[in-house]
Amino acid sequence: MKRALVVTAFFAGLLLLWKAATLLMGWSPLLLPPPEAVARYLWGALWDGTLVAASMVTLKRLLIGYFIGVVIGMSLGLLVSTSSLFEDTIGALALGLQTLPSVCWVPLALLWFGQTEGAMLFVVIMGTVGSVVIATDTGTRSIPPIYARVARTMGSEGYDKWTRVIIPAALPFLVTGMKQGWAFAWRSLMAAEVYVTILTGFGLGHLLEYGRELSAMDQVIGVMVVIVVIGLVTDKCLFAPWERFMHRRWGTGATGA
Amino acid sequence: MTEGATGTLEVEAVSKWFRTPRASVHALDRVSLSVREGEFICLVGPSGCGKSTLLDIVAGLTLPDEGEVFADGQRIEGPGRHRLVMFQESALFPWLDVFGNVMFGLARDPSLTRAQRRDIAERHLELVGLSKFKRAYTHELSGGMKQRVALARSLAPDPRVLLMDEPFAALDALTREQLYSDLQEIWQRRRKTIVLVTHNVREAVCLGDRVVLMSPTPGRIRDEFLIDLPRPRDINTPELALMAQHITASLKDGLVAAGA
Repeated sequence: MKRALVVTAFFAGLLLLWKAATLLMGWSPLLLPPPEAVARYLWGALWDGTLVAASMVTLKRLLIGYFIGVVIGMSLGLLVSTSSLFEDTIGALALGLQTLPSVCWVPLALLWFGQTEGAMLFVVIMGTVGSVVIATDTGTRSIPPIYARVARTMGSEGYDKWTRVIIPAALPFLVTGMKQGWAFAWRSLMAAEVYVTILTGFGLGHLLEYGRELSAMDQVIGVMVVIVVIGLVTDKCLFAPWERFMHRRWGTGATGA
Repeated sequence: MTEGATGTLEVEAVSKWFRTPRASVHALDRVSLSVREGEFICLVGPSGCGKSTLLDIVAGLTLPDEGEVFADGQRIEGPGRHRLVMFQESALFPWLDVFGNVMFGLARDPSLTRAQRRDIAERHLELVGLSKFKRAYTHELSGGMKQRVALARSLAPDPRVLLMDEPFAALDALTREQLYSDLQEIWQRRRKTIVLVTHNVREAVCLGDRVVLMSPTPGRIRDEFLIDLPRPRDINTPELALMAQHITASLKDGLVAAGA
C-alpha cells in the first residue's frame, strides 16, 4: 500500500514538473506540449482506434519476430556451449553481431524483402538472436560442474540431462538473456518502423514519425508514453512470473513483485 | 532388492595422472583396495592424496590410466545406478523442491511405476526425518538438512554401494555429530556398502569399520586400521579419541617421510 502511494506520488510529481515547465519557461507548445494536450491526444486516439490498431500491428511483429529469434538464439546458444569449435565460430559471430546496432540491418532488409512485413520481422529477429545466443551460451557454461556429475551418477544422459538438468540449472541466465533479447527486439522494431513505411501495417513507430512530420508533438510524446507502457506491461507479464519463480526456488533477491 | 545383489568393490593396481600443459600430477599410484559387502570404509588423508580421485574412479566418473575397478565382479566403465555418490551440500538442484530432488534418481529407473517412485521417495524422506519439508526449496534448508536430503536422494534408488565425498565438511560440529549418529543408524538398518572420503580422522574412526590412510604425491594407500569399537559410536568417547590419535600420529609420520 505504502509502495503504491510512493509510486503514485513520484509520477504525479513528474507530471507537475512537466506542467510547471510549460507554464513558466514560455516554450512553444510545438516543442513541448502541456501534459493535458498529450492526454487529450491519447484519449482521442484511443477512441478513434488508431492507437489500438497501431499497437496491434507493432505487437504482432514484435511477438512473432521475438519468438522466432528466441527459438533460433537458444538453439544456437545450446549448440555453441557444447563444443569449443562452435564457440570459436558461431559464438564469435554472435558476439560480433551483438555489437552491431540492429537498425544497421534495415537497409539490407529493405533490399532483400522490400517494404514488407518480412523486412520488419528480419530486423527484429536479427536484433534478438545475438544477445540470446550469448546469454544461453554463458548460462549453460556457468552451471556448477557438480550438477552434471550428479546427473551422470543418477543415470541422466543426453537429452534427459539437457532438459532436466542443464536447461533448468541455466534458467536464471536464460531468463536474463530473454529479457535482454526482448529489449533489443523492441528497439530494433521501433528503429525500423520510424525509418521505413510499410504498406501492410501502420505501427507505433510510424505513428511517431507522422507526428513529427505533422509537427504534432502531443502525438509524438503520446506515442512514446504508449511505447514505455507496453514495455513495462510486457516485462510484468512475460518475465516477472519467471523471476518470481526463480527467486522462490534459488532464494535470490526479494520475494514478491 | 536385485537377486544376488551384493556390493563388493575390487580396486586393482589403479594409477591416475592429471596432465595439464604445465605439469603432470601423479594422483594415484598403483592403489589396490578391496571392500566387502556391507562394509563401511573411510578413506582418510591430507589434501592431494588422491582420495577424492579414487572415489570418482569407483563412481565411474573418472577412468583410471592404469589398473581396473570391479563392482560385484563387473568391470567399471562408467557411472551406474548401483553406485551412487553423495556430494557436498552444494549438489542439490535448486530448481526442484526437496521431494523433486529425492525423486530425481528414482525417475530414471524404468523398472519402477510412478506410484512406487513416490512411495519410495516418501519413505526415504521419512528415513532422514524430513517428511515435513517435502515441499520446501533447497535454499530454505539448513546445511544439515540439505545433507539429509542429499543422503535420501542417493539412498532412494537403492544402490548397492554409497560413495560419500566429504559429505559433512561444510557443517558445524553439532550438526555433524547428529548426522554421524543418523548415518550409523541408517547404515545399520540398510546395510549398504559405504565408501566415505574425509580429511577428518575422528570422523573416519567414528563411522568406519575400516579406515584406509592415504598419503600424497603420489597418492598411495599407506596403512589400514580395523576399527572394532562397538556401535553406535559417539565421537566424543575417549576410546575413539585414542584410536584417532594413533592414526593421526601415523599420518604425520607419513607426511614427514614424504617430505611434505
